[in-house]
Amino acid sequence: MAEPKDVLVYGETIDGKLASITTELLGCARRLADELKEGVSCILLGSKLGEAPQSAIAYGADKVYIAEDQLLAEYQNDSYVAVMEKAIKEISPRVVLLGQTAAGRDLAPRLAFRLGVIAGMDALDLNIDPSTKLLQQTRSVYGGNARATFVSEAYPQITTVRQKAMTPLAPDASRKGEIVPFKAELDVAKIRTKIIQTVKEEVAGIKLEDAQIIVSGGRGIGGPDGFKQLEELAKALKAAVGSSRPPCDNGWVPDTMQVGLTGKIVSPELYFAVGISGSSQHLAGCSGSKTIVAINKDPEANIFKEARFGVVGDWKQVIPALTQKVKELLAS
Amino acid sequence: MPVNMIVCCKQVIDPEAPPASFKINSATNQVISPPGVPPVISPFDEQAVEAALRVKDKLGGKITILSLGNNMLRDVIKKPLSMGADELILLEDEAFEGGDSWSTAYALSMAVKKIGQFDIIFCGRQAADWDNGQVGSGIAEILGIPSVTVAKKVEVTDSKATVERIITDGYQIIEVTLPALITVSNELGEARYATLKGIMAAAKKQPTIWKPADIGVEPSKIGTAGRRAKLVKLFQPVKEGKCEVVGADSPAEAGVKLAQRLREAKVI
Ligand SMILES: Cc1cc2nc3c(=O)[nH]c(=O)nc-3n(C[C@@H](O)[C@H](O)[C@H](O)COP(=O)(O)OP(=O)(O)OC[C@H]3O[C@@H](n4cnc5c(N)ncnc54)[C@H](O)[C@@H]3O)c2cc1C
Ligand SMILES: Cc1cc2nc3c(=O)[nH]c(=O)nc-3n(C[C@H](O)[C@H](O)[C@H](O)COP(=O)(O)OP(=O)(O)OC[C@H]3O[C@@H](n4cnc5c(N)ncnc54)[C@H](O)[C@@H]3O)c2cc1C
Repeated sequence: MAEPKDVLVYGETIDGKLASITTELLGCARRLADELKEGVSCILLGSKLGEAPQSAIAYGADKVYIAEDQLLAEYQNDSYVAVMEKAIKEISPRVVLLGQTAAGRDLAPRLAFRLGVIAGMDALDLNIDPSTKLLQQTRSVYGGNARATFVSEAYPQITTVRQKAMTPLAPDASRKGEIVPFKAELDVAKIRTKIIQTVKEEVAGIKLEDAQIIVSGGRGIGGPDGFKQLEELAKALKAAVGSSRPPCDNGWVPDTMQVGLTGKIVSPELYFAVGISGSSQHLAGCSGSKTIVAINKDPEANIFKEARFGVVGDWKQVIPALTQKVKELLAS
Repeated sequence: MPVNMIVCCKQVIDPEAPPASFKINSATNQVISPPGVPPVISPFDEQAVEAALRVKDKLGGKITILSLGNNMLRDVIKKPLSMGADELILLEDEAFEGGDSWSTAYALSMAVKKIGQFDIIFCGRQAADWDNGQVGSGIAEILGIPSVTVAKKVEVTDSKATVERIITDGYQIIEVTLPALITVSNELGEARYATLKGIMAAAKKQPTIWKPADIGVEPSKIGTAGRRAKLVKLFQPVKEGKCEVVGADSPAEAGVKLAQRLREAKVI
């Protein structure tokens, strides 16, 4: 391999558009590359990449490698790891950034092990150590109770990054960059998995990830009926409804509503935590919210340590009154 | 077809212990086990055992539990046996301590090679302490077998497994050839309780202990010596903790006042 150089972003696309995590990664890559005085490249794998390569340039890439192949239509680790291994050997990047997404969290470790290095996972913060030029990766461990900073001395330095942890640059359509086709040269015989079906379980209404306001309920809600009341508050606020893990585990709400370390990472302007104790694993998914409001009958609940506003009391009495008043206030 | 399964289980500090009890020693970069809170098997690993038991219930077979660490508590680590697993192998030695995902995956892979025959290796989606989610994929890569991660359902037919893998807004049904490695998520459903019969059977079983030499690992590749990630700093994020509690004579009144307060603060 050539001398490692540049920051490579593994990009993801949704329907021919750059995924928001990829714009975040490009923003972060730009900052790291500027510190290193090196370039930013991006690699996109898929069957129809549409305008994504151009938009990767607008978001900060100097060079975009595109591997377009019918076999890459959907993420599968056997095919994607093979292409990424080939790409990294040819491109020889110093740093490789991936999103901590369904694909990224699966791809990064296999790719790293194949290359004989260790991946950093789920970084919240990335920095270049000025003296060694090594990537310092800070992540949350112990379910969010602690943070740890790691360094790996081998190249490439691979890490996944938590969604919404980095800020994208404002896109600049006039930015210049190069788009380079990359030959995947996949060997079909090496793909040992087959996707039979993709089942979407999207919840009606505003998507959690996009919502400005979220009303989340926890075990304290007690059952599916309680969530109906939260939905009413959410409707009044044009908010999405989320949940901690127990309501999902108990089947009160769909799994896709889970917020937290192993659920969705959200960062709305306003987050209501109702009947949620504030476990570190739940907070890992919502602590990026601008304002957290806690409604809990236990004054000692950990959630009050994170919240900006709180009410100590039974949500069954608090929520209807709150909903009513919110409706009044927003109508006037 | 009886299915031969290996489940990797890690003993961790109870992740559900109250956040206030969590302490670190920043001088040594180590976590201090909360006093009086016994360790547990990482919850996703218990669900991995459950996934294996469901396969065994249907098709029969054998479940071997593999765990790496040092001074593991027998009562804790034997739990999968009391749930219905058949055998427990411990990679237990000082030399295994202080490793990272790389050295852990390497040692576990070498143990799997020594076990020899298997159809499926199950792991948890991530260990509930360091939350890395790397060891499973690492084992698969070292052994050169396919992997499907973050599964909520696993069914075995002939020489294939059909796995429901969780993705952002739903799941994918994936078919994978065996032998394969599968990591399990909590959406699989609760792990079963130990039965009285199981507890009695587990009490009689002694774990097999393997030392580094037994699995032919190079000492430079395990534990602290084998680390590829260097821990620079371990710290606890500072919390500001400035919650304004909206008080009133009744919870309903507090609800009304909260709405007004949020309006004043211009957050709604
Ligand atoms: C002082 C100290 C420093 C540490 N520093 C680091 C560090 O710098 N980098 C780092 O990555 N880790 C570090 N660790 C944790 C490290 O020792 C972990 O045990 C190791 O990384 C594997 O855990 P994981 O979170 O990576 O596992 P994951 O990859 O999250 O585990 C996934 C699955 O693999 C299986 N598995 C994992 N470990 C075991 C095991 N021991 N036995 C059986 N099955 C297992 C389980 O099925 C588990 O669900 C440190 C620990 C200590 C005490
Ligand atoms: C590795 C790992 C990953 C995890 N990932 C996640 C994750 O992604 N997301 C997640 O949420 N959890 C996750 N968990 C689970 C997490 O540890 C907690 O168990 C969970 O978040 C607790 O949910 P809760 O706050 O709703 O329930 P509890 O902790 O049981 O809290 C319920 C709260 O409701 C209050 N309450 C009860 N009745 C009322 C009432 N009538 N009015 C007002 N308040 C009331 C109680 O005072 C209590 O504070 C994970 C755990 C592990 C080990």
